[in-house]
Amino acid sequence: MARKLQAGWCCVTSFFWGVRSLGVLCLALAAPISAVGRDVDDHFGLPQVKFINEQVSAGWSDAKLKPSEPASDQEWCRRVHLDIIGRVPTIKELDDYVADSSPVKRANLVGRLLSDEYLDEYARNWADVWTTVLVGRSLDNDNVNRSGMRQWLRRSFSKNIPYDRFLTDLVTATGVNKAGEKGFNGATNFLTGKLEDNGIQATAKTAQVFLGLQVQCTQCHNHPFNKGKQNQFWEFNAFFRQTRALRQFEGTRDVQAIELVDEDWAGEGGNASQAELYYELRNGQMKVAYPVFIDGTTVDPSGYLPAKMEDGTEYGVNRRMALAQLMVDSPLMPKAAVNRVWSHFFGYGFTRPIDDLGEHNAPSHPELLEGLGERFREQSFDTKELIRWITLSHAYSLSSRIGKGNASDDPAVGEKPKFSHFYLRQMRPEELYQSLLTATEADQAEEKGEKAARKKDEWLSQFIIAFGTDEGDEATTFNGSIPQVLMMFNGDLVKTATETGKGGFLDRVATSDMNNAQRIDTLYAAALARKPTRKEIKLANQMMVARKGDAISALQDIWWAVLNSNEFIINH
Amino acid sequence: MSASSRFFDGMSRRHFMSHVAGAAALAAPATAFTNSILANAADLKKRHKAAILLWMGGGPSTMDIWDLKPGAATGGPFKPISTSADGIQICEHMPLMAQQMHHMSLVRSMSTREADHMRGRYYMHTGYVPNPNVEHPSYGAVIAHELADQVPDLEIPPFVSVGSGSVGPGFLGMSWAPFVVDSNGNVRNLDMGIDPTRLSQRLEMLSAIEDKFIGEKRGASSDDHAKVLSKTVKLMTSDQMGAFKVMQEPKDVQDRYGNTGFGRGCLMARRLVEQGVPFVEVDLGGWDNHADIFKTLSDNKLPELDKAMAALVSDLAERGLLDDTAIIWMGEFSRTPNINGNGGRDHWARSWSVAVGGAGFKRGVVVGETSSDGKEVVTEPYSAQDLMASVLRSLDISLETTFTAKNGRPMKIANAGKVIKELFA
Repeated sequence: MARKLQAGWCCVTSFFWGVRSLGVLCLALAAPISAVGRDVDDHFGLPQVKFINEQVSAGWSDAKLKPSEPASDQEWCRRVHLDIIGRVPTIKELDDYVADSSPVKRANLVGRLLSDEYLDEYARNWADVWTTVLVGRSLDNDNVNRSGMRQWLRRSFSKNIPYDRFLTDLVTATGVNKAGEKGFNGATNFLTGKLEDNGIQATAKTAQVFLGLQVQCTQCHNHPFNKGKQNQFWEFNAFFRQTRALRQFEGTRDVQAIELVDEDWAGEGGNASQAELYYELRNGQMKVAYPVFIDGTTVDPSGYLPAKMEDGTEYGVNRRMALAQLMVDSPLMPKAAVNRVWSHFFGYGFTRPIDDLGEHNAPSHPELLEGLGERFREQSFDTKELIRWITLSHAYSLSSRIGKGNASDDPAVGEKPKFSHFYLRQMRPEELYQSLLTATEADQAEEKGEKAARKKDEWLSQFIIAFGTDEGDEATTFNGSIPQVLMMFNGDLVKTATETGKGGFLDRVATSDMNNAQRIDTLYAAALARKPTRKEIKLANQMMVARKGDAISALQDIWWAVLNSNEFIINH
Repeated sequence: MSASSRFFDGMSRRHFMSHVAGAAALAAPATAFTNSILANAADLKKRHKAAILLWMGGGPSTMDIWDLKPGAATGGPFKPISTSADGIQICEHMPLMAQQMHHMSLVRSMSTREADHMRGRYYMHTGYVPNPNVEHPSYGAVIAHELADQVPDLEIPPFVSVGSGSVGPGFLGMSWAPFVVDSNGNVRNLDMGIDPTRLSQRLEMLSAIEDKFIGEKRGASSDDHAKVLSKTVKLMTSDQMGAFKVMQEPKDVQDRYGNTGFGRGCLMARRLVEQGVPFVEVDLGGWDNHADIFKTLSDNKLPELDKAMAALVSDLAERGLLDDTAIIWMGEFSRTPNINGNGGRDHWARSWSVAVGGAGFKRGVVVGETSSDGKEVVTEPYSAQDLMASVLRSLDISLETTFTAKNGRPMKIANAGKVIKELFA
């Protein structure tokens, strides 16, 4: 029955999308796209952008903050490339943008970055982001096939599948987790490593990632300071009990692949039509739980999967499908989604941490969070549209330079973010890796797809520290500490980027028909998206003298300094 | 700050160059490190305080290690044995530590509330429960910050974490972040492979870019970057880095600590403390024993722990370092007295034990007591902040110290915990 219900729901939704996108189209046509003026400058005819601008600037008025000046063209261009496609712009992309004289040039660039022209890079970037969210960065987990996870994510993002379907596909996935195997479905990797111990991790992570609920503590007891109750944890957990991870072994020990399946479940009491589980209270008393969503909605307690009796009567339920539907309908779902995407672009979300939307954790901009979530739902959960609204907002266009009027807006010291200037943040390691390839024009020669991704994984692994808990908690030393600086100073990645071999980036710059000043300009544009200052030119020239006319060695020294700078590694 | 001075941090450029040259020369013959260490042996005897935290990631079951309940339904199969400290009994699978207990003391009355890994880890490391608006400094950052003045010649980071990464420096800033190394003491990417003149020219160029960006007032992380750069340059050119080379220890010493990651980590901790590092954390994970706990403990975890910890305690004592070096053994919490259906124990924070010793601590005593089933503390309960205050006291760090968080709010050191008085004479 549930499966049928699911299909029916899909139909209704897609009909709904049709109507909705038509509405948006009308609206877009009605907006004065050609008009040049304050109005278009301000929100590009997009009501969602207007809404964001109004909400954020109301916060500035309340806190008596004067927002920073707009970022320079070069700064904004660099930032939007890093955030949408995960790397710095090429010199050509930078020049094109600066030369564009259109009043809607920002909208044009965002449009391009979200278009088919950049599809591979867009999908690669967001697959990286979501691989980390869903399965972490650690490489040594036999129960996850990272490559399978990433392939599925890349495909989802290149098709821009709506976020409700994205969630549903991940939460309900069945199939084999490894590419090339029969029945491959990479989405299964979200759950393949989280089903041990009755699916405790599946429960905690699903609630955390998609609903912004921190339930891991309520596994054992009622939460001491939020409303989480122990029964809610186990009722949520009950949705995962029909699911099994079947390991296929290679030889005797190594896991070859894992198949995720749903099976009829008899429950711990042995009665499949009322399949229950038991959990233990702190005082040792046992309690029973059936699938109940966090808002109290109950689901058919049957442990049978949907099937038909001989007389045609339908019975049973697919618990994970029922759960996905309840999650999609939940008001928490779009809030959790927009909070995550917002924090990707601004460095801070509306709550800290971003995946805790509990009532004890008041957001910085409650109406904006709520309203943006609603608009995301109205837009049929189109992630690219959400990105467009955020990147075209006034707040996203501001300089990172702090003025007298907004020095107090500093979330790094614990204040709630007001987004009155762009907050500095270090590139993610994946962004640094990709940016070095781009800046040295090595991305052309680089293998594409999964092979390249695995190489990047290997490089990343040097920064990952596992805490050795069942929950797979991990941290990274790619956090501005000494190991990171040592990697930039002396590591292979920067060594390769600063190579002087024939045909490499520095060799091409050195042997081009540019003069020395232009060569230095090229290095600055490629890495920092700006021109060198007079003082920097003077030092660069001294370097040329010191290398006694060995131009390529001097360029190598300058390039090393540029790549090691705060200005390069910090998204500003 | 002028461009060239930014990374040379108190040394003249010429002095810096000699450092670079020295390090380059030393990179080849490893013995040079040992020699210089031996030559400095007199200096090393200069007293400085330090602390070593043995961090048991995952939450070890302390009623199977330090506070056994033989005969109780919750007690498990392990038997207690007598130790070198009068009246103290510990687990039979800790026979080597049993001979060292006169150097250590136990607090059997820890009672905390954080039973989630990440929250417990944060709480036990900082004395504060996680708070979205402020990041608190961990033990390592606080102690390094307070003791750094005692070791003005230290060129390597004052807070080293072997294995686990510890918890960060919070509002004290990235300069006090843990320097994370693996237990073999390998520090990646240390070799620069270019001549010192050229490196110093590169650094001059780099500091011009750094200065410009900092001057544009975009936020503190640009300054932090420059500060860490400067520390990195110092470290890259220091012969003190030899302290990490744990494989240079004589084989019998290595064997004494055990051929395990934790064993090498403990040995490295001793070498680092000898070199002047005020805080070292050594991680031993794998205590999250929700299933099959007793076999895991008796066959695997306890033998590894016992060998390395006993070697560390006795080695420090023999070298005369123990009186200035505090040792703290703890995890983020302990495990349920009730044994679950999978033969494991789950997370439990209400009643558990930690071990401390060395520095100013009274040795060979037991503080506090739990009920016969291990489920309650029946004496005065102690918190993470009480433990932290006691560790600071053992190092003569003033508990009147108050930090200013980045938001301007005053923060009392150790969250104003109260010293566990039974741990002091």
